[in-house]
Amino acid sequence: MSEAIVVNAVNDAPPTPALLLDGVRYGYAGTRRWVLDGVNLEVAAGRVLGIVGPNEAGKSTLCLVAAGLAPAAIGGRLEGDVLLGGLSTRDANPHQMAQRAGILFQNPVTQLSATAPTVYEEVAFGPRNLGLAVDEIADRVEHALGALRIEALGPRDPMRLSGGQAQLVALASVVALRPPVLVLDEPTSQLDPAGTRLVGEALAGLAAATATAIVVVEHKTWLLADLADACALVADGRVVVHGATADVLADDRLVELGVEPPPAVRLRRAAAVRGVALDSAVVDAVAAARLAADPDTVEPVP
Amino acid sequence: MTAVARLEGVGFVYPDGTRALAGVALELREGERVGIVGQNGSGKSTLVRQLNGLLRPTEGRVTLFGRDTAGVHVAELARTVGLAFQNPDRQIFAASVRSEVAFGARNLGRRGAELDRAVQAALEAVGLEGEAATNPYDLGYSRRKLLALASILAMETPVVVLDEPTTGQDARGVERIQRIVGSLGETGRTVITISHDMRFVAESFQRVIVMRAGRVILDGPPVTVFAAEHAGALASTFLEAPLAARLGERLGLGTTPSESALLDALAAR
Repeated sequence: MSEAIVVNAVNDAPPTPALLLDGVRYGYAGTRRWVLDGVNLEVAAGRVLGIVGPNEAGKSTLCLVAAGLAPAAIGGRLEGDVLLGGLSTRDANPHQMAQRAGILFQNPVTQLSATAPTVYEEVAFGPRNLGLAVDEIADRVEHALGALRIEALGPRDPMRLSGGQAQLVALASVVALRPPVLVLDEPTSQLDPAGTRLVGEALAGLAAATATAIVVVEHKTWLLADLADACALVADGRVVVHGATADVLADDRLVELGVEPPPAVRLRRAAAVRGVALDSAVVDAVAAARLAADPDTVEPVP
Repeated sequence: MTAVARLEGVGFVYPDGTRALAGVALELREGERVGIVGQNGSGKSTLVRQLNGLLRPTEGRVTLFGRDTAGVHVAELARTVGLAFQNPDRQIFAASVRSEVAFGARNLGRRGAELDRAVQAALEAVGLEGEAATNPYDLGYSRRKLLALASILAMETPVVVLDEPTTGQDARGVERIQRIVGSLGETGRTVITISHDMRFVAESFQRVIVMRAGRVILDGPPVTVFAAEHAGALASTFLEAPLAARLGERLGLGTTPSESALLDALAAR
């Protein structure tokens, strides 16, 4: 069993964490296996916790449990406690939970309501269900679309978007709910590198500006290297390593468990294994450099 | 090498007026492993759908093994081109992993021992041989992606198109897909893969096609496409060469698109 992850280095006596998982075990209905088997995690307001782990480690299940959907909405067995702003998901009703945690599913198409005629209406669907005033709904929708730079998609049919566009719309629809805890299951899986960076910047901005606590499952460890305050490596339903992002992403157990490390870590390891000298400072500098577009090669879009 | 597919002046405009492809001319050859990269919305998925008739060019023409695809039914084209979608849930429907994988192959006329062999080989390739009786929706997303891939592999088509095969995969899943891509190429089949993962593309594909705004802007082997001289063109569509290539340039080692090329160059220095 691992100890709680504290993603808060600011105060000596931190306030109630936005999200606390205490000795959590969870198994799906009709099965005997514990998919989560003793998970302790804690995320403070305004902090970002990255979750990494191999396929089938229990990461998506962790998202469902952290957001209170499991067992409340999908059944199954829960042991231990999941507290959202101090309220146990065992005691909360769906309306209370919807105001405390938002979740982005791994498959963004699952997320869309399939009832809204436009992207704008799709993003407004959640805030409207919270019973907010019209002005407030409009403000939240515009803010969410703007943060992800998809204002132009507003009039489009949500069911006729590319995979990447659908993912950004699904994310905007969760962001517009402004939950204190945001749980994101691979939010950038369908996105190109530029879109991935954009989402990273938007999430960092959201955490800083609105004190949202963010839990983000990612295979793109290079994104977490920039975004997450702390990371947890999950395998077989347990937290194997936790701590500061740079330490977790450079931990040997990451690779041993089959998680792709950031490119710079990967190259340094490969060079060490081959026994060739490679200056770490140069690797980091090149990895951090962003190439500028050459204006001569930029042609107008047809 | 024999031309498997030829696109001549291919353009495509969606019914709502959105132009997705303009003036695409490409020849794809037998046994070639081709990676297609570009931003979301650059036309990659639209392009590969021209190959199996899911979309038909609104300008120009597409030929498969010398035969114009115009007027050829999509079910007929499926014998030649297998396409694994980006989102596995758009293709999964069966009640067991085995019947899911067998569906496409059976539709192509395989029966009995031949069908069993194709299904078993596909399941083993993706590592799902132990899950044949499992309901597909009891698998996690990463294994549903591998299941969708197995369904296409079992059809044993001469051309295999993979749309973002590595999303949701951990390092071992990516390595498994790299092995599958390699072995398809060795058996003379043409593999066309859309990906945002530049390292995967640089290490597993002989040819890289870069798309921007519906056009092909770069087309060549990784050592050319990821060379410093094309960095500006890549950056114009918000892409950059894999770290190994950029590091090789910085260290004066020439273009080293893959990790092994970089380490070889470092060791030889």
